[in-house]
Amino acid sequence: MTTSAEAPAVGLTHGGSEDTGLGHRGPESKSIVVPYGFWLFVLSDMVLFSALFATYATLVHATDGGPTTKDLFDRNLVAIETLALLVSSFVCGLAIIAAKRRNMLWTQVWLLVTGLLGFVFLSIELYEFATMIGEGAGPQRSAFLSGFFTLVGSHGAHVTAGLLWIGTMMAQVWAKGFQPHIMRRLMCLSIFWHALDIIWVAIFTIVYLIGTL
Amino acid sequence: MDEHEHDDLLDVAPGEPHDSLFSETLSYVVGLGLALLLTGVSFWVASTSVIWGPGVATGLVVLAIAQMGVHLVFFLHITSGPDNANNVLALAFGVLIVFLVMIGTIWIMAHMNANMGVNPELMNLQMQH
Repeated sequence: MTTSAEAPAVGLTHGGSEDTGLGHRGPESKSIVVPYGFWLFVLSDMVLFSALFATYATLVHATDGGPTTKDLFDRNLVAIETLALLVSSFVCGLAIIAAKRRNMLWTQVWLLVTGLLGFVFLSIELYEFATMIGEGAGPQRSAFLSGFFTLVGSHGAHVTAGLLWIGTMMAQVWAKGFQPHIMRRLMCLSIFWHALDIIWVAIFTIVYLIGTL
Repeated sequence: MDEHEHDDLLDVAPGEPHDSLFSETLSYVVGLGLALLLTGVSFWVASTSVIWGPGVATGLVVLAIAQMGVHLVFFLHITSGPDNANNVLALAFGVLIVFLVMIGTIWIMAHMNANMGVNPELMNLQMQH
């Protein structure tokens, strides 16, 4: 990296401790820039969720005489969901550790476990949704339930997308090996998956725990 | 490896890149442990009657923010290192927008319910469909 010190390029730089931020070393490497760009996307996703949280908090008491948070939510189910997603996030980290060491077997095993735990989470969520809709507490019932299904459903949709991505990455790592661009995609996947767990922390606290106090 | 090298490996900040399989894994294990602890405390606080009732919701929010911090440091490796300056600045801006949107909306909508001149209960009826 120091060999490019005399290159007069201007661009995105942040790296060595002697960096002045003036771009005298040229653009940072792709392994820094790509996760940074993806991090910006994830943060914009969190801004989107903040709007959904605000909507939910505004409408949570607008139940139109229908079921309230206390009638609907089951803390035991939520505890299992939370545990599955948290351990999934942890195992995703183990997959990255294995991938950095180019260990194909453990990368695939940990990615598979990550995906399976994500699937457990999603199954419980869909079971909860189906039960609620079966009891007549679907998204059309009240403004509260519209807000609930939009917020929690958006998170579920992200988890579904993450599961598809995990499957894709398992296939790509298998077929193409640990090439630099595959490693960058794996890094972005892990950022996405950890971010989903952060959003779930807000959901289980604000929607489920505070909702059933 | 001798004892001194071992100490050096454990001396790395949680989010910093490491070369050692052991210390890198340890960082994730510590993160998982802290997250499990905070989650457990959250569920306990929500179901116990030991804690003063009106304070429980605030306590839960504080625990959630703490757990998000744990995730950011131990899983997403957000650190104060020079490599991370841009990531931290982007995060700070994201947090600002998230708080503006959430607190702004909740504050304004609650006051609109209370101050629109109509009985608040009646006003809320308008929002029920």
